[in-house]
Amino acid sequence: MNKRKIIGITIYLVFILLPIYWLILMSLKSNEEILGQLSYWPQNLSFDNYRSIFSDPSWYMGYLNSMVYVVMNVIITLLTALPAAYAFSRYHFLGDKQLFFWLLTNKMAPPAVFLLPFFQLYSSIGLFDTHIAVALAHCLFSVPLAVWILEGFMSGVPREIDETAYIDGYSFPRFFIKIFLPMIRSGIGVTAFFSFMFSWVELLMARTLTSVEAKPIGAIMTRTVGAAGVDWGLLAAAGVLTIVPGCLVIWFVRNHIAKGFALGRV
Amino acid sequence: MSLKVQNHRAWWLVLPVFLLVGFTAIVPLMTVVNYSIQDIFDQDNAFFVGAEWYREILNDPRLQGALVRQFIFSGVVLLIEIPLGILVALMMPTKGRMAAVVLVLMAMPLLIPWNVVGTIWQIYGRADIGLLGSFLNGMGFDYNYASDPTDAWLTVVAMDVWHWTSLVALLCYSGLRAIPEDYYQAAKIDRASSWAIFRYIQLPKLRNVLVIAVLLRFMDSFMIYAEPFVLTGGGPGNATSFLSQTLTKMAVGQFDLGPAAAFSIVYFLIVLLVSWLFFTTITHLDKQR
Repeated sequence: MNKRKIIGITIYLVFILLPIYWLILMSLKSNEEILGQLSYWPQNLSFDNYRSIFSDPSWYMGYLNSMVYVVMNVIITLLTALPAAYAFSRYHFLGDKQLFFWLLTNKMAPPAVFLLPFFQLYSSIGLFDTHIAVALAHCLFSVPLAVWILEGFMSGVPREIDETAYIDGYSFPRFFIKIFLPMIRSGIGVTAFFSFMFSWVELLMARTLTSVEAKPIGAIMTRTVGAAGVDWGLLAAAGVLTIVPGCLVIWFVRNHIAKGFALGRV
Repeated sequence: MSLKVQNHRAWWLVLPVFLLVGFTAIVPLMTVVNYSIQDIFDQDNAFFVGAEWYREILNDPRLQGALVRQFIFSGVVLLIEIPLGILVALMMPTKGRMAAVVLVLMAMPLLIPWNVVGTIWQIYGRADIGLLGSFLNGMGFDYNYASDPTDAWLTVVAMDVWHWTSLVALLCYSGLRAIPEDYYQAAKIDRASSWAIFRYIQLPKLRNVLVIAVLLRFMDSFMIYAEPFVLTGGGPGNATSFLSQTLTKMAVGQFDLGPAAAFSIVYFLIVLLVSWLFFTTITHLDKQR
Protein backbone atom coordinates (compact mmCIF):
# COMPACT_ATOMS: atom_id res chain seq x y z
CA MET A 1 0.00 0.00 0.00
CA ASN A 2 1.52 3.28 -0.97
CA LYS A 3 0.62 6.74 0.22
CA ARG A 4 -1.11 7.89 -2.94
CA LYS A 5 -3.57 5.05 -2.75
CA ILE A 6 -4.38 5.75 0.89
CA ILE A 7 -4.98 9.43 0.17
CA GLY A 8 -7.12 8.61 -2.86
CA ILE A 9 -9.34 6.12 -1.09
CA THR A 10 -9.69 8.46 1.89
CA ILE A 11 -10.95 11.26 -0.34
CA TYR A 12 -13.46 8.91 -1.92
CA LEU A 13 -14.66 7.66 1.45
CA VAL A 14 -15.16 11.21 2.70
CA PHE A 15 -17.21 11.97 -0.41
CA ILE A 16 -19.33 8.87 0.26
CA LEU A 17 -19.71 9.36 4.00
CA LEU A 18 -20.55 13.06 4.25
CA PRO A 19 -24.15 12.71 2.98
CA ILE A 20 -24.53 9.63 5.19
CA TYR A 21 -23.28 11.61 8.16
CA TRP A 22 -25.89 14.22 7.31
CA LEU A 23 -28.56 11.51 7.28
CA ILE A 24 -27.49 10.18 10.69
CA LEU A 25 -27.36 13.73 12.00
CA MET A 26 -30.91 14.39 10.80
CA SER A 27 -32.13 11.23 12.48
CA LEU A 28 -30.86 12.47 15.84
CA LYS A 29 -32.51 15.87 15.64
CA SER A 30 -36.02 17.16 15.96
CA ASN A 31 -37.71 18.60 12.89
CA GLU A 32 -37.43 22.15 14.24
CA GLU A 33 -33.70 21.72 14.60
CA ILE A 34 -33.27 20.17 11.14
CA LEU A 35 -35.10 22.99 9.41
CA GLY A 36 -34.12 25.73 11.83
CA GLN A 37 -30.41 26.26 11.44
CA LEU A 38 -27.21 24.76 10.11
CA SER A 39 -25.42 22.68 12.71
CA TYR A 40 -22.67 20.13 12.35
CA TRP A 41 -23.70 18.01 15.31
CA PRO A 42 -27.01 17.64 17.18
CA GLN A 43 -27.63 20.44 19.66
CA ASN A 44 -30.20 18.47 21.61
CA LEU A 45 -29.34 14.85 21.05
CA SER A 46 -32.56 12.84 20.89
CA PHE A 47 -33.33 9.26 20.05
CA ASP A 48 -37.08 9.91 19.79
CA ASN A 49 -37.17 9.09 16.09
CA TYR A 50 -35.63 5.68 16.66
CA ARG A 51 -37.84 5.09 19.67
CA SER A 52 -40.97 5.68 17.65
CA ILE A 53 -39.83 3.18 15.00
CA PHE A 54 -38.94 0.43 17.46
CA SER A 55 -42.11 0.85 19.51
CA ASP A 56 -44.52 0.69 16.59
CA PRO A 57 -45.15 -2.76 15.04
CA SER A 58 -46.37 -1.24 11.78
CA TRP A 59 -42.87 0.24 11.44
CA TYR A 60 -40.62 -2.61 12.44
CA MET A 61 -42.76 -5.24 10.72
CA GLY A 62 -41.84 -3.44 7.51
CA TYR A 63 -38.19 -4.28 8.10
CA LEU A 64 -39.06 -7.90 8.79
CA ASN A 65 -41.23 -8.14 5.68
CA SER A 66 -38.52 -6.69 3.51
CA MET A 67 -35.96 -9.01 4.99
CA VAL A 68 -38.10 -12.10 4.47
CA TYR A 69 -38.69 -11.54 0.78
CA VAL A 70 -35.13 -10.37 0.15
CA VAL A 71 -33.68 -13.52 1.71
CA MET A 72 -36.09 -15.68 -0.31
CA ASN A 73 -35.06 -13.81 -3.42
CA VAL A 74 -31.34 -14.28 -2.81
CA ILE A 75 -31.77 -18.02 -2.21
CA ILE A 76 -33.93 -18.58 -5.30
CA THR A 77 -31.59 -16.44 -7.38
CA LEU A 78 -28.42 -18.27 -6.40
CA LEU A 79 -29.95 -21.75 -6.69
CA THR A 80 -31.23 -21.17 -10.23
CA ALA A 81 -28.52 -18.85 -11.55
CA LEU A 82 -25.50 -20.96 -10.61
CA PRO A 83 -26.27 -23.95 -12.89
CA ALA A 84 -27.52 -21.67 -15.66
CA ALA A 85 -24.38 -19.54 -15.57
CA TYR A 86 -22.29 -22.71 -15.71
CA ALA A 87 -24.18 -23.85 -18.82
CA PHE A 88 -23.66 -20.48 -20.50
CA SER A 89 -19.96 -20.38 -19.65
CA ARG A 90 -19.16 -23.95 -20.74
CA TYR A 91 -21.49 -25.07 -23.51
CA HIS A 92 -22.89 -24.08 -26.87
CA PHE A 93 -26.55 -24.96 -27.14
CA LEU A 94 -29.55 -24.07 -29.24
CA GLY A 95 -30.33 -20.37 -28.80
CA ASP A 96 -27.73 -19.78 -26.10
CA LYS A 97 -26.66 -16.30 -27.20
CA GLN A 98 -30.22 -15.10 -27.74
CA LEU A 99 -31.36 -16.50 -24.41
CA PHE A 100 -28.42 -14.92 -22.60
CA PHE A 101 -29.23 -11.48 -23.94
CA TRP A 102 -32.99 -11.95 -23.51
CA LEU A 103 -32.41 -12.50 -19.79
CA LEU A 104 -30.95 -9.05 -19.41
CA THR A 105 -33.70 -7.38 -21.42
CA ASN A 106 -36.03 -8.06 -18.51
CA LYS A 107 -34.21 -5.40 -16.56
CA MET A 108 -34.91 -2.83 -19.26
CA ALA A 109 -38.66 -2.31 -19.06
CA PRO A 110 -39.71 1.00 -17.48
CA PRO A 111 -41.80 -0.04 -14.49
CA ALA A 112 -44.56 2.59 -14.42
CA VAL A 113 -46.92 0.93 -16.90
CA PHE A 114 -45.85 -2.65 -16.18
CA LEU A 115 -47.01 -2.45 -12.57
CA LEU A 116 -50.67 -2.96 -13.41
CA PRO A 117 -50.11 -6.22 -15.33
CA PHE A 118 -47.78 -7.46 -12.58
CA PHE A 119 -50.52 -6.83 -10.07
CA GLN A 120 -53.07 -8.66 -12.22
CA LEU A 121 -50.73 -11.60 -12.80
CA TYR A 122 -49.95 -12.17 -9.14
CA SER A 123 -53.53 -11.56 -8.02
CA SER A 124 -54.82 -14.09 -10.53
CA ILE A 125 -52.66 -16.84 -9.07
CA GLY A 126 -53.59 -15.88 -5.53
CA LEU A 127 -50.19 -14.68 -4.40
CA PHE A 128 -51.05 -11.03 -3.87
CA ASP A 129 -49.72 -9.67 -0.58
CA THR A 130 -47.39 -12.58 0.13
CA HIS A 131 -43.63 -12.46 0.57
CA ILE A 132 -43.04 -15.08 -2.09
CA ALA A 133 -44.81 -12.93 -4.71
CA VAL A 134 -42.35 -10.09 -4.19
CA ALA A 135 -39.43 -12.55 -4.11
CA LEU A 136 -40.54 -14.08 -7.41
CA ALA A 137 -41.20 -10.71 -9.03
CA HIS A 138 -37.74 -9.50 -8.00
CA CYS A 139 -36.25 -12.54 -9.73
CA LEU A 140 -37.12 -10.69 -12.92
CA PHE A 141 -34.03 -8.55 -12.49
CA SER A 142 -31.96 -10.37 -9.88
CA VAL A 143 -31.71 -13.67 -11.77
CA PRO A 144 -30.51 -12.18 -15.08
CA LEU A 145 -28.01 -10.03 -13.24
CA ALA A 146 -26.75 -13.02 -11.27
CA VAL A 147 -26.40 -15.14 -14.42
CA TRP A 148 -24.43 -12.38 -16.12
CA ILE A 149 -22.07 -11.74 -13.23
CA LEU A 150 -21.52 -15.43 -12.48
CA GLU A 151 -20.96 -16.29 -16.13
CA GLY A 152 -18.18 -13.71 -16.21
CA PHE A 153 -16.44 -15.28 -13.24
CA MET A 154 -16.99 -18.84 -14.42
CA SER A 155 -15.51 -18.28 -17.86
CA GLY A 156 -12.39 -17.02 -16.09
CA VAL A 157 -11.85 -20.54 -14.71
CA PRO A 158 -9.91 -22.66 -17.23
CA ARG A 159 -11.84 -25.58 -18.70
CA GLU A 160 -8.99 -27.96 -17.98
CA ILE A 161 -10.04 -27.95 -14.34
CA ASP A 162 -13.45 -29.42 -15.24
CA GLU A 163 -11.86 -32.06 -17.42
CA THR A 164 -9.26 -33.08 -14.86
CA ALA A 165 -11.99 -33.51 -12.26
CA TYR A 166 -14.09 -35.69 -14.58
CA ILE A 167 -11.05 -37.84 -15.37
CA ASP A 168 -10.46 -38.19 -11.63
CA GLY A 169 -13.96 -39.67 -11.41
CA TYR A 170 -15.93 -36.77 -10.00
CA SER A 171 -19.64 -36.70 -10.83
CA PHE A 172 -21.03 -33.39 -12.05
CA PRO A 173 -22.83 -32.37 -8.83
CA ARG A 174 -19.86 -33.32 -6.68
CA PHE A 175 -17.40 -31.51 -8.91
CA PHE A 176 -19.66 -28.46 -9.08
CA ILE A 177 -20.08 -28.12 -5.32
CA LYS A 178 -16.71 -29.34 -4.07
CA ILE A 179 -14.34 -27.90 -6.66
CA PHE A 180 -15.98 -25.41 -8.92
CA LEU A 181 -17.98 -23.23 -6.52
CA PRO A 182 -15.05 -22.58 -4.15
CA MET A 183 -13.07 -21.32 -7.13
CA ILE A 184 -15.55 -18.57 -7.93
CA ARG A 185 -16.25 -17.57 -4.34
CA SER A 186 -15.57 -13.92 -4.98
CA GLY A 187 -18.12 -13.96 -7.79
CA ILE A 188 -20.73 -15.65 -5.63
CA GLY A 189 -20.12 -13.14 -2.85
CA VAL A 190 -20.63 -10.22 -5.18
CA THR A 191 -23.69 -11.80 -6.76
CA ALA A 192 -25.31 -12.51 -3.41
CA PHE A 193 -24.70 -8.96 -2.32
CA PHE A 194 -26.11 -7.51 -5.53
CA SER A 195 -29.23 -9.66 -5.42
CA PHE A 196 -29.72 -8.59 -1.85
CA MET A 197 -29.15 -4.95 -2.62
CA PHE A 198 -31.35 -4.58 -5.69
CA SER A 199 -34.18 -6.46 -4.01
CA TRP A 200 -33.75 -4.42 -0.83
CA VAL A 201 -34.01 -1.01 -2.49
CA GLU A 202 -36.61 -1.92 -5.12
CA LEU A 203 -39.80 -0.21 -4.20
CA LEU A 204 -42.30 0.05 -7.03
CA MET A 205 -42.91 -3.68 -7.53
CA ALA A 206 -42.77 -4.50 -3.84
CA ARG A 207 -45.32 -1.81 -3.11
CA THR A 208 -47.64 -2.86 -5.92
CA LEU A 209 -47.68 -6.53 -4.95
CA THR A 210 -48.39 -6.03 -1.26
CA SER A 211 -50.95 -4.30 0.92
CA VAL A 212 -50.74 -5.28 4.59
CA GLU A 213 -49.19 -8.65 5.34
CA ALA A 214 -46.00 -8.26 3.35
CA LYS A 215 -45.70 -4.50 3.13
CA PRO A 216 -42.05 -3.48 2.66
CA ILE A 217 -40.25 -0.84 4.71
CA GLY A 218 -39.87 1.44 1.71
CA ALA A 219 -43.63 1.71 1.36
CA ILE A 220 -44.11 2.34 5.06
CA MET A 221 -41.58 5.15 4.90
CA THR A 222 -43.79 7.16 2.57
CA ARG A 223 -46.07 7.64 5.59
CA THR A 224 -43.64 10.25 6.89
CA VAL A 225 -44.82 12.55 4.10
CA GLY A 226 -48.14 13.78 5.36
CA ALA A 227 -50.50 16.70 5.05
CA ALA A 228 -48.46 18.58 7.63
CA GLY A 229 -45.30 18.24 5.54
CA VAL A 230 -42.42 15.80 5.79
CA ASP A 231 -41.35 14.30 9.10
CA TRP A 232 -37.66 14.61 8.23
CA GLY A 233 -36.25 13.21 11.43
CA LEU A 234 -38.37 10.06 11.36
CA LEU A 235 -37.68 9.51 7.67
CA ALA A 236 -33.93 9.89 8.30
CA ALA A 237 -34.01 7.43 11.20
CA ALA A 238 -35.85 4.91 9.03
CA GLY A 239 -33.26 5.53 6.31
CA VAL A 240 -30.36 4.89 8.68
CA LEU A 241 -31.97 1.62 9.76
CA THR A 242 -32.30 0.47 6.14
CA ILE A 243 -28.52 0.67 5.73
CA VAL A 244 -27.78 -1.61 8.69
CA PRO A 245 -28.91 -5.04 7.35
CA GLY A 246 -27.03 -4.52 4.10
CA CYS A 247 -23.85 -3.64 5.97
CA LEU A 248 -24.18 -6.89 7.90
CA VAL A 249 -24.59 -8.81 4.65
CA ILE A 250 -21.49 -7.28 3.12
CA TRP A 251 -19.59 -7.93 6.34
CA PHE A 252 -20.46 -11.62 6.03
CA VAL A 253 -19.52 -11.94 2.37
CA ARG A 254 -16.45 -9.70 2.63
CA ASN A 255 -14.01 -12.58 2.67
CA HIS A 256 -15.57 -14.06 -0.42
CA ILE A 257 -15.30 -10.77 -2.23
CA ALA A 258 -11.80 -9.96 -1.07
CA LYS A 259 -10.26 -13.38 -1.56
CA GLY A 260 -8.85 -14.22 -4.93
CA PHE A 261 -8.01 -17.71 -6.04
CA ALA A 262 -4.64 -19.18 -6.85
CA LEU A 263 -4.36 -21.17 -10.05
CA GLY A 264 -1.96 -23.64 -8.48
CA ARG A 265 -4.41 -24.83 -5.86
CA VAL A 266 -6.23 -27.51 -7.82
CA MET B 1 -9.54 -19.21 -22.23
CA SER B 2 -11.09 -22.42 -23.36
CA LEU B 3 -13.39 -23.30 -26.22
CA LYS B 4 -16.99 -24.20 -25.57
CA VAL B 5 -18.42 -27.62 -26.40
CA GLN B 6 -21.64 -28.19 -28.29
CA ASN B 7 -24.08 -29.74 -25.83
CA HIS B 8 -27.82 -29.25 -26.10
CA ARG B 9 -28.46 -30.98 -22.81
CA ALA B 10 -27.11 -27.82 -21.16
CA TRP B 11 -30.67 -26.54 -21.65
CA TRP B 12 -31.64 -28.52 -18.54
CA LEU B 13 -29.32 -26.34 -16.48
CA VAL B 14 -30.86 -23.18 -17.93
CA LEU B 15 -34.49 -24.28 -17.83
CA PRO B 16 -35.26 -23.24 -14.22
CA VAL B 17 -34.02 -19.71 -14.93
CA PHE B 18 -35.98 -19.58 -18.16
CA LEU B 19 -39.23 -20.64 -16.48
CA LEU B 20 -38.73 -18.39 -13.47
CA VAL B 21 -38.00 -15.24 -15.46
CA GLY B 22 -40.41 -16.06 -18.27
CA PHE B 23 -43.24 -16.45 -15.79
CA THR B 24 -42.97 -12.87 -14.56
CA ALA B 25 -41.81 -11.34 -17.82
CA ILE B 26 -43.91 -12.56 -20.69
CA VAL B 27 -47.53 -12.08 -19.61
CA PRO B 28 -47.08 -8.46 -18.43
CA LEU B 29 -45.16 -7.59 -21.60
CA MET B 30 -47.96 -8.95 -23.77
CA THR B 31 -50.52 -7.03 -21.69
CA VAL B 32 -48.67 -3.77 -22.20
CA VAL B 33 -48.36 -4.40 -25.94
CA ASN B 34 -52.07 -5.04 -25.92
CA TYR B 35 -52.79 -1.71 -24.18
CA SER B 36 -50.57 0.13 -26.59
CA ILE B 37 -52.66 -0.67 -29.66
CA GLN B 38 -56.09 -0.08 -28.15
CA ASP B 39 -58.16 2.81 -26.91
CA ILE B 40 -59.55 1.62 -23.59
CA PHE B 41 -62.52 3.38 -22.02
CA ASP B 42 -63.47 0.67 -19.57
CA GLN B 43 -63.35 -3.09 -19.40
CA ASP B 44 -65.90 -3.71 -22.12
CA ASN B 45 -65.16 -0.76 -24.35
CA ALA B 46 -61.79 -1.07 -26.02
CA PHE B 47 -61.12 -0.19 -29.62
CA PHE B 48 -58.28 -1.26 -31.79
CA VAL B 49 -56.33 1.82 -32.85
CA GLY B 50 -53.23 0.22 -34.34
CA ALA B 51 -50.17 2.42 -34.46
CA GLU B 52 -51.97 5.63 -33.56
CA TRP B 53 -50.55 5.93 -30.02
CA TYR B 54 -47.07 5.24 -31.34
CA ARG B 55 -47.44 8.05 -33.90
CA GLU B 56 -48.68 10.40 -31.20
CA ILE B 57 -45.80 9.52 -28.87
CA LEU B 58 -43.05 9.86 -31.44
CA ASN B 59 -44.24 13.33 -32.48
CA ASP B 60 -44.62 14.68 -28.97
CA PRO B 61 -42.02 17.46 -28.44
CA ARG B 62 -42.13 17.01 -24.64
CA LEU B 63 -40.98 13.44 -25.01
CA GLN B 64 -38.33 14.31 -27.56
CA GLY B 65 -36.92 16.88 -25.13
CA ALA B 66 -36.94 14.38 -22.29
CA LEU B 67 -35.23 11.81 -24.50
CA VAL B 68 -32.37 14.20 -25.38
CA ARG B 69 -31.92 15.15 -21.71
CA GLN B 70 -31.96 11.47 -20.82
CA PHE B 71 -29.22 10.55 -23.28
CA ILE B 72 -27.00 13.43 -22.13
CA PHE B 73 -27.53 12.50 -18.50
CA SER B 74 -26.77 8.79 -18.99
CA GLY B 75 -23.70 9.59 -21.10
CA VAL B 76 -22.24 11.99 -18.54
CA VAL B 77 -22.95 9.67 -15.66
CA LEU B 78 -21.28 6.72 -17.40
CA LEU B 79 -18.23 8.79 -18.37
CA ILE B 80 -17.71 9.75 -14.73
CA GLU B 81 -18.69 6.57 -12.90
CA ILE B 82 -16.88 3.92 -14.94
CA PRO B 83 -13.34 5.43 -14.84
CA LEU B 84 -13.81 6.61 -11.26
CA GLY B 85 -15.06 3.17 -10.24
CA ILE B 86 -12.01 1.46 -11.77
CA LEU B 87 -9.72 3.96 -10.06
CA VAL B 88 -11.36 3.41 -6.68
CA ALA B 89 -11.16 -0.37 -7.11
CA LEU B 90 -7.41 -0.09 -7.79
CA MET B 91 -6.92 2.05 -4.70
CA MET B 92 -8.87 -0.15 -2.30
CA PRO B 93 -6.80 -2.08 0.24
CA THR B 94 -6.56 -5.76 -0.66
CA LYS B 95 -6.32 -7.49 2.68
CA GLY B 96 -6.82 -7.19 6.37
CA ARG B 97 -9.39 -5.45 8.49
CA MET B 98 -9.11 -2.22 6.50
CA ALA B 99 -10.28 -3.98 3.34
CA ALA B 100 -13.45 -5.13 5.07
CA VAL B 101 -14.12 -1.74 6.64
CA VAL B 102 -13.65 0.07 3.33
CA LEU B 103 -15.98 -2.42 1.62
CA VAL B 104 -18.75 -1.85 4.14
CA LEU B 105 -18.42 1.94 4.14
CA MET B 106 -18.38 2.10 0.35
CA ALA B 107 -21.45 -0.04 -0.06
CA MET B 108 -23.60 2.21 2.15
CA PRO B 109 -25.06 4.49 -0.55
CA LEU B 110 -26.17 1.42 -2.52
CA LEU B 111 -28.28 0.17 0.37
CA ILE B 112 -30.41 3.26 0.86
CA PRO B 113 -33.88 3.15 -0.75
CA TRP B 114 -33.90 5.44 -3.73
CA ASN B 115 -36.48 7.88 -2.43
CA VAL B 116 -34.40 8.37 0.73
CA VAL B 117 -31.35 9.11 -1.45
CA GLY B 118 -33.31 12.00 -2.93
CA THR B 119 -34.33 13.14 0.54
CA ILE B 120 -30.75 13.16 1.83
CA TRP B 121 -29.54 15.32 -1.03
CA GLN B 122 -32.55 17.57 -0.74
CA ILE B 123 -31.40 18.62 2.73
CA TYR B 124 -27.67 18.16 2.10
CA GLY B 125 -27.74 20.55 -0.86
CA ARG B 126 -29.76 23.32 0.74
CA ALA B 127 -27.85 26.54 1.25
CA ASP B 128 -29.37 27.34 4.65
CA ILE B 129 -29.31 23.96 6.41
CA GLY B 130 -27.25 21.60 4.24
CA LEU B 131 -23.53 20.91 4.36
CA LEU B 132 -22.95 20.93 0.60
CA GLY B 133 -25.07 24.00 -0.10
CA SER B 134 -23.65 26.08 2.72
CA PHE B 135 -20.10 25.02 1.84
CA LEU B 136 -20.49 26.00 -1.81
CA ASN B 137 -22.08 29.30 -0.91
CA GLY B 138 -19.36 29.92 1.66
CA MET B 139 -16.82 29.41 -1.13
CA GLY B 140 -18.50 32.22 -3.03
CA PHE B 141 -20.57 30.20 -5.52
CA ASP B 142 -24.14 31.24 -5.93
CA TYR B 143 -25.43 27.69 -5.59
CA ASN B 144 -29.13 26.89 -5.35
CA TYR B 145 -30.43 23.66 -6.82
CA ALA B 146 -34.06 24.66 -6.41
CA SER B 147 -33.94 27.73 -8.64
CA ASP B 148 -30.98 27.40 -10.97
CA PRO B 149 -31.35 24.75 -13.73
CA THR B 150 -27.58 24.16 -14.09
CA ASP B 151 -27.15 23.71 -10.36
CA ALA B 152 -30.09 21.33 -10.26
CA TRP B 153 -28.67 19.26 -13.09
CA LEU B 154 -25.20 19.14 -11.55
CA THR B 155 -26.68 18.13 -8.21
CA VAL B 156 -28.56 15.23 -9.82
CA VAL B 157 -25.33 14.11 -11.52
CA ALA B 158 -23.36 14.42 -8.26
CA MET B 159 -26.07 12.48 -6.45
CA ASP B 160 -25.93 9.70 -9.03
CA VAL B 161 -22.13 9.53 -8.89
CA TRP B 162 -22.33 9.38 -5.10
CA HIS B 163 -25.03 6.72 -5.24
CA TRP B 164 -23.64 4.38 -7.89
CA THR B 165 -19.84 4.68 -8.29
CA SER B 166 -19.44 2.12 -5.52
CA LEU B 167 -21.31 -0.43 -7.62
CA VAL B 168 -18.74 -0.12 -10.41
CA ALA B 169 -15.93 -0.16 -7.85
CA LEU B 170 -17.24 -3.29 -6.10
CA LEU B 171 -17.60 -5.16 -9.39
CA CYS B 172 -14.08 -4.18 -10.48
CA TYR B 173 -12.66 -4.95 -7.05
CA SER B 174 -13.99 -8.51 -7.14
CA GLY B 175 -12.76 -8.83 -10.72
CA LEU B 176 -9.28 -7.72 -9.66
CA ARG B 177 -9.24 -10.21 -6.80
CA ALA B 178 -9.84 -13.01 -9.31
CA ILE B 179 -6.47 -12.34 -10.96
CA PRO B 180 -3.97 -15.00 -9.86
CA GLU B 181 -0.92 -13.78 -7.96
CA ASP B 182 1.35 -15.48 -10.54
CA TYR B 183 0.45 -12.85 -13.13
CA TYR B 184 1.76 -10.06 -10.94
CA GLN B 185 4.92 -12.00 -10.14
CA ALA B 186 5.58 -12.55 -13.83
CA ALA B 187 5.06 -8.84 -14.41
CA LYS B 188 7.48 -8.05 -11.60
CA ILE B 189 10.14 -10.25 -13.18
CA ASP B 190 9.60 -8.41 -16.48
CA ARG B 191 9.81 -5.11 -14.58
CA ALA B 192 6.54 -3.96 -16.03
CA SER B 193 5.46 -0.43 -15.11
CA SER B 194 2.27 -0.08 -13.10
CA TRP B 195 0.56 1.35 -16.19
CA ALA B 196 1.62 -1.71 -18.20
CA ILE B 197 0.30 -3.99 -15.47
CA PHE B 198 -3.01 -2.16 -15.58
CA ARG B 199 -3.23 -2.08 -19.36
CA TYR B 200 -2.15 -5.65 -20.16
CA ILE B 201 -3.08 -7.66 -17.05
CA GLN B 202 -5.77 -5.93 -15.02
CA LEU B 203 -7.89 -4.26 -17.70
CA PRO B 204 -8.33 -7.39 -19.88
CA LYS B 205 -9.29 -9.37 -16.78
CA LEU B 206 -11.83 -6.70 -15.89
CA ARG B 207 -13.50 -6.99 -19.28
CA ASN B 208 -16.39 -9.17 -18.09
CA VAL B 209 -17.25 -7.16 -15.01
CA LEU B 210 -16.91 -3.89 -16.92
CA VAL B 211 -19.41 -5.03 -19.56
CA ILE B 212 -21.90 -5.74 -16.78
CA ALA B 213 -21.08 -2.48 -15.03
CA VAL B 214 -21.61 -0.40 -18.18
CA LEU B 215 -24.86 -2.15 -19.08
CA LEU B 216 -26.21 -1.91 -15.55
CA ARG B 217 -25.35 1.71 -15.13
CA PHE B 218 -26.74 2.54 -18.55
CA MET B 219 -30.05 0.82 -17.88
CA ASP B 220 -30.51 2.19 -14.39
CA SER B 221 -29.46 5.73 -15.22
CA PHE B 222 -31.69 5.68 -18.28
CA MET B 223 -34.64 4.75 -16.10
CA ILE B 224 -33.78 7.02 -13.17
CA TYR B 225 -36.94 8.12 -11.44
CA ALA B 226 -37.19 8.36 -7.67
CA GLU B 227 -34.04 10.37 -6.90
CA PRO B 228 -34.57 13.42 -9.16
CA PHE B 229 -38.30 13.25 -8.50
CA VAL B 230 -37.75 13.68 -4.77
CA LEU B 231 -34.86 16.14 -5.14
CA THR B 232 -36.15 18.60 -7.71
CA GLY B 233 -39.49 17.29 -8.93
CA GLY B 234 -38.09 17.57 -12.45
CA GLY B 235 -37.48 21.30 -12.26
CA PRO B 236 -36.59 24.05 -12.35
CA GLY B 237 -38.41 24.21 -15.65
CA ASN B 238 -37.64 20.90 -17.31
CA ALA B 239 -33.95 20.77 -16.46
CA THR B 240 -34.04 17.50 -14.54
CA SER B 241 -37.20 15.88 -15.83
CA PHE B 242 -36.15 12.67 -17.50
CA LEU B 243 -38.01 10.03 -19.47
CA SER B 244 -39.37 7.98 -16.57
CA GLN B 245 -40.89 11.00 -14.98
CA THR B 246 -42.65 12.05 -18.16
CA LEU B 247 -43.93 8.50 -18.52
CA THR B 248 -45.21 8.28 -14.96
CA LYS B 249 -46.93 11.64 -15.29
CA MET B 250 -48.71 10.27 -18.34
CA ALA B 251 -49.61 6.87 -16.89
CA VAL B 252 -50.62 7.87 -13.38
CA GLY B 253 -51.36 11.56 -13.58
CA GLN B 254 -53.38 11.76 -16.75
CA PHE B 255 -54.28 8.07 -16.88
CA ASP B 256 -53.66 7.80 -20.62
CA LEU B 257 -53.07 4.09 -20.58
CA GLY B 258 -52.82 3.65 -24.36
CA PRO B 259 -50.20 6.31 -25.10
CA ALA B 260 -48.35 5.49 -21.86
CA ALA B 261 -48.14 1.83 -22.89
CA ALA B 262 -46.91 2.78 -26.37
CA PHE B 263 -44.37 5.04 -24.70
CA SER B 264 -43.23 2.17 -22.46
CA ILE B 265 -42.69 -0.08 -25.44
CA VAL B 266 -40.69 2.58 -27.32
CA TYR B 267 -38.71 3.31 -24.15
CA PHE B 268 -37.99 -0.39 -23.68
CA LEU B 269 -36.89 -0.74 -27.31
CA ILE B 270 -34.48 2.21 -27.02
CA VAL B 271 -32.81 0.69 -23.95
CA LEU B 272 -32.75 -2.68 -25.69
CA LEU B 273 -31.22 -1.27 -28.87
CA VAL B 274 -28.46 0.68 -27.13
CA SER B 275 -27.56 -2.25 -24.87
CA TRP B 276 -27.59 -4.64 -27.79
CA LEU B 277 -25.35 -2.37 -29.90
CA PHE B 278 -22.89 -2.06 -27.03
CA PHE B 279 -22.88 -5.77 -26.31
CA THR B 280 -22.45 -6.84 -29.96
CA THR B 281 -19.66 -4.34 -30.49
CA ILE B 282 -17.78 -5.69 -27.48
CA THR B 283 -18.24 -9.34 -28.49
CA HIS B 284 -17.22 -8.48 -32.02
CA LEU B 285 -14.04 -6.77 -30.83
CA ASP B 286 -13.24 -9.85 -28.76
CA LYS B 287 -13.46 -12.10 -31.78
CA GLN B 288 -11.13 -9.91 -33.81
CA ARG B 289 -8.42 -10.24 -31.23
